[in-house]
Amino acid sequence: MITLEILCIHFAALTPDDLRRWIAEGYVRPEAAGDELHFREIDVERVRLILELRDELAVNEEALPLVLSLLDQVYALRRKLRRLGAAVDEEG
Amino acid sequence: MADDPYAVLGVPRDATQEAIKAAYRKLARRHHPDLNPGKPDAEARFKAIAAANDLLSDPERRARFDRGEIDAAGQERHPAGGYRHHAEAEQGERYGYRGEGGAGGFDDIFAEIFEARRRAESAPRPGRDEAYRLAVPFLSAVRGTTETLTLPDGRVLSVKIPPGIESGQVLRLRGQGGPGRNGGPPGDALIEIAVADHPIYRRDGRDLRMELPVTLKEAVLGGPLVVPTPFGPVRANLPRHSDTGRQIRLRGKGVAAHGDGAAGDLFLTLRVVVGEPDAALEAFLRDWVPEHPVDPRAGLEEASR
Repeated sequence: MITLEILCIHFAALTPDDLRRWIAEGYVRPEAAGDELHFREIDVERVRLILELRDELAVNEEALPLVLSLLDQVYALRRKLRRLGAAVDEEG
Repeated sequence: MADDPYAVLGVPRDATQEAIKAAYRKLARRHHPDLNPGKPDAEARFKAIAAANDLLSDPERRARFDRGEIDAAGQERHPAGGYRHHAEAEQGERYGYRGEGGAGGFDDIFAEIFEARRRAESAPRPGRDEAYRLAVPFLSAVRGTTETLTLPDGRVLSVKIPPGIESGQVLRLRGQGGPGRNGGPPGDALIEIAVADHPIYRRDGRDLRMELPVTLKEAVLGGPLVVPTPFGPVRANLPRHSDTGRQIRLRGKGVAAHGDGAAGDLFLTLRVVVGEPDAALEAFLRDWVPEHPVDPRAGLEEASR
């Protein structure tokens, strides 16, 4: 299981404060198990993406929710399209 | 050997570190694979941009590259674009929107699409128009008639042919095409007409033309003769002193009257036929001195020039 501590070790640029703030804002949504937070692979990759957006693409923290919201909508639509494609294939 | 990192970032070899950073950010924002899930080539593109930046953003490595000590292939870095593979799959719903719907349940977009399809399928739909060809004998097209057309499905249609119909015209038989669905009306049968040629008659609009052979005696002396027409034989009187090329009009013996169209005429063009050798005729012609000698070829030579 990947915990908050392990994740912060994994990413040198990540501080626990950053991550806790992102979780509080809902940018990252790990599973709560008792006192611990469990990060799945998708959460790890999302943290990596947020770090890349912040550190390499110079997307500041204020613009971050906007970028993430648009991305989430794009991926939601793509998942819908994928399911639609599968449903059409079944019908045909 | 990787591409020249300066070319990848689009900066000159003497670019400042700031210029390199700015160029990298501009390209990275455009090509980051997680921001471009619909572009499969974004991943390779971004990888080249990131590798170029890794090399040039480190002044020490950049200097070694400039001196030729290392080549452009930097060390592998973690490839970007890992997020989208998760986000595109079902587990991506963790960061999805409320009401997006689960794997089995159809949400609003699905519901709309399938409902629209159901409605379209159950709505009354008219049948398709079917196209056929029908060959019509020449005289049938002149007189008007009713032809029968046997369809591929065995049905036999009765097709009313109006007098004067011409090749290429299309008759529409309402309701004789493909069957309608869900109570929709059937389509129409579209029948393209092909009128056959005739060995004697030729159509000229609503008139007919034919060549009428006559004997020498008939041409000179005139007299009654019987002419075949599309409406049966007709007695006609040939005037005396007729000649090859003369036209005789038989009124109303062309295309039959139909609606507002009056009946056409039949034009006969005479052709004198001398016929088999005849001793008496030869003897007569040998002694014959024409009353008005003419040269039928006069002026022909002049005109031929």
